[in-house]
Amino acid sequence: MVIAAALPLAARRLGNRVFHLAALPPLAAVAWAFREAPATDAGGALVEDVEWLPSLGVSLGFRFDGLAALMVALVAGIGALVFVYARSYFDDGADVGRFAATLLVFSGSMLGLVLADDLIALFLFWELTSVTSFLLIGTEDEKVAARSGAMQALLITAGGGLAMLGGFVLVAEAAGTYSLSEIVADPPSGAAVDWGLVLVLLGAFTKSAQVPFHSWLPRAMTAPTPVSAYLHSATMVKAGVYLVARWSPAFAAHAPWRPIVLTVGLATMLLGGYRAMRQHDLKLVLAYGTISQLGLMVVLLGAGTPEATYAGCALLLAHGVFKAALFMLVGVIDHQTHTRDLRMLDGLGRRWPAVAATGVVVAASMAGVPPLLGFVAKEEALASLGGTGAGWGPWVLGGVVVGSVLTVAYSARFVLGAFGPAEEGGFVDRGEVVGADAPRPAPAFVAPAVMLAGVTVVCGLVPATVDPMVGRAFESLFGREAHHLALWHGVTPALGLSALVLAAGALAVVRRRSVAELQARVAGGPSAQSAYDRSLKGMLQAADVLTGKVQNGSLPVYLGVILTTLVVVPGVPLLLDLELPELRVADRPGQVVVGTVMLAAALAAAMVRRRFAAVILIGAVGYGMAALFVLQGAPDLAITQLLIETLSVVMFVLVFRHLPATFPRRRIRGSQAPRVAVAVAAAAFAFVFTLAAVGARSEAPVSDEYLTRAEPEGGGDNVVNVVIVDFRGFDTMGEITVLAVAVLGVAATVRTGRRERTRDGAADDGPRDVAVAAAEGEGEAG
Amino acid sequence: MSEPRSTAIEPRRSVILDVAVRAEVHTLLLVSLYLLFAGHNQPGGGFSGGLVASCAFCLRYVAGGERELARHRRVPPPWLLGAGLLLAVGTGLAPLFTGGQFLESALADLELPVIGTVHLASVLVFDTGVYLVVVGMALLLLEQFGAADGAESIGTREEPSGEGGA
Repeated sequence: MVIAAALPLAARRLGNRVFHLAALPPLAAVAWAFREAPATDAGGALVEDVEWLPSLGVSLGFRFDGLAALMVALVAGIGALVFVYARSYFDDGADVGRFAATLLVFSGSMLGLVLADDLIALFLFWELTSVTSFLLIGTEDEKVAARSGAMQALLITAGGGLAMLGGFVLVAEAAGTYSLSEIVADPPSGAAVDWGLVLVLLGAFTKSAQVPFHSWLPRAMTAPTPVSAYLHSATMVKAGVYLVARWSPAFAAHAPWRPIVLTVGLATMLLGGYRAMRQHDLKLVLAYGTISQLGLMVVLLGAGTPEATYAGCALLLAHGVFKAALFMLVGVIDHQTHTRDLRMLDGLGRRWPAVAATGVVVAASMAGVPPLLGFVAKEEALASLGGTGAGWGPWVLGGVVVGSVLTVAYSARFVLGAFGPAEEGGFVDRGEVVGADAPRPAPAFVAPAVMLAGVTVVCGLVPATVDPMVGRAFESLFGREAHHLALWHGVTPALGLSALVLAAGALAVVRRRSVAELQARVAGGPSAQSAYDRSLKGMLQAADVLTGKVQNGSLPVYLGVILTTLVVVPGVPLLLDLELPELRVADRPGQVVVGTVMLAAALAAAMVRRRFAAVILIGAVGYGMAALFVLQGAPDLAITQLLIETLSVVMFVLVFRHLPATFPRRRIRGSQAPRVAVAVAAAAFAFVFTLAAVGARSEAPVSDEYLTRAEPEGGGDNVVNVVIVDFRGFDTMGEITVLAVAVLGVAATVRTGRRERTRDGAADDGPRDVAVAAAEGEGEAG
Repeated sequence: MSEPRSTAIEPRRSVILDVAVRAEVHTLLLVSLYLLFAGHNQPGGGFSGGLVASCAFCLRYVAGGERELARHRRVPPPWLLGAGLLLAVGTGLAPLFTGGQFLESALADLELPVIGTVHLASVLVFDTGVYLVVVGMALLLLEQFGAADGAESIGTREEPSGEGGA
């Protein structure tokens, strides 16, 4: 985080080489994860606890176990590669530093998310990833699509996050602890827990773009490609899946869990795969593919059976690797040809054989073609799903097989579209195809994707390389020995299914014309996007109506409502149970004099017609107050009061330059009476309340303690100041923050008002008007 | 800083007030600093110190108008606000790194020549933050309310370039 803060500065000097610098922390994290990984053998974990808010039982508990290690390797490993990749993707620009910094902050919060053991800390990191995702999607903030896409992602994921927080609280209160590992080790049960689980799942589904919350992910593709590769395929969207994985061993048996998880996951997988077939933008093909794959992961990890979970862990890794690589390749194509429309790309495969080969390999991994990592994972998945308890097995297996066929089909669509010849039709006829003259990408640009492709090949051929990592992740969830990943299991039903999937997928590719026609015929129906748009519009309209009713713009009405509430709500109970202390008129004669002056000034302030006189009179009341403080021996208060009064008179005068010199005459005679009534009531309330408060003291005043502790602990003789800056330092900090925000708000309001007025006024002789107005103002002030 | 903007108006200035204020402002600023430093042991503190400084700027504004105020200002008021908050929060966070509690204060006594023993507490830094926020507030309000109607205020107009360059 500290490094992230320094990045924008470094960017000025380094240009986009700053990404190399930014790649260092994730790289260090990877190294650390691999070094510490053996500690997580057999379900072990490294635990670190930092007290944070002990009074609320919130601590920054971190726990590094098998699953966390897997996620760390994924997040940090791909993160480092993405940073290297981003260096070539971006041309030198002013925003590179900001972008790199945000991306690194995301990296850090994502690591925090997967390492956090405390639910509240997890929630914080969770929302941090949402916010950084919002910033990253909106990187090109001059584009409307980027802004609205960012907003949609933020609204949906942060909204789900809030639901999740509610769920966390319900479950944690039932369990009596906020520690994730303790909750999972000893899961609570009951109706409240069931509701809590539903809410948690809601959060997980919004984050992982499950139906019906998936609409934000395709919209998020307006982000620069490194962001898509990193956040929206490999890491952030896995947060929901990660959470499901964490909880399912403990909660899969609870009533709402399996039906929701399996239905939503399957629906997502099928819908994502289906939609991916209809996209022309390469990034959108991948985005819907990601949605589909996330659905599969939710099914696998949410089923709660050991075999499926094991497959899910493998797929988690495999998907992160191949999808990040695919996005990187799209970024390369986009960067070199300035289009991502697969109907316009022509013959890139022939011109860029290395890029194309990489693309074919990773896409094949996505489709589950042997001998790649994707195949190993997919095979595990198919083998495991038959036994998904409670009669779900056949349905789930069937759904996943259909989904896998779609996966093969859209993988092929991606490869053919990106690297194959352009299809006959509109773009070819109009000569709008690109590719023949696109410049060849620099080797460093393609290298990260090639490395990832290498990983899928090596890990697919020799599954033992990733086996310990996946195994440990599994052990951390189920606490028992895992079996091993293998490329060749012998002739099994799963192998048959794999072959079937590949064959059906190949058929769909060969007959892709008719598939497309079929899809075109059944297209339509309600889309999640339009539902989102409608609900957003409705919410804004409702807010409009409500604001129009409540904020009617009349200051007297606002004041009246506020004061009446003040009098009625605390005032009535106060009157019902009133105990007034003995009254004294005054302690010393000086007070009488000052008091009389103040009274006179206050009355006069209410009577005078001219605003300026009223302000001076109110100032006089304030100075009288200061005098009273002096008489009571409170110099600090007196000084402050005096200065405040002076400043506010000056400010009032400045504002009054823009107002008429006198108060307006009441046009409606009857409106005076209620005002007077409210004012008198409020004053009477303040008087009685102060008296009652003084009389109601039952404990020893806290000031005695302050007096004795000020010198030894606060190190100051001036108790008032020690109280302000030390004993109640937190309050002071809050106050100055409020002060700063309020002032900025006032400044902004004044500026807006002024600009509107300028726009309304005649533009030609504006300066003259200004001069006249200002001169009048000066005269008034003097 | 170049001349802020074209002279739409040249406010009538009172020579006596102008000269008196010129003589006074520095004294006032000095007093405000005194209040800030003395605050821990005698009446004063960051808040009242800041208010005195604000009053000094007000005087200058009353005597010379916004241009007089802007001519001698090198830091935009929002920066003051930010710097003040940063200082205050920074002092709050600092003890966390040394294993203390949030906002825990540290003390030190320094022997300085001429001035004698100076009693320093880390809350002085916190108080400086308060001081800066108050001054920033006053300056910003003066600028916003005090700018001649119809013109963009000077400080805010400069902000973008201030952030980009420097």
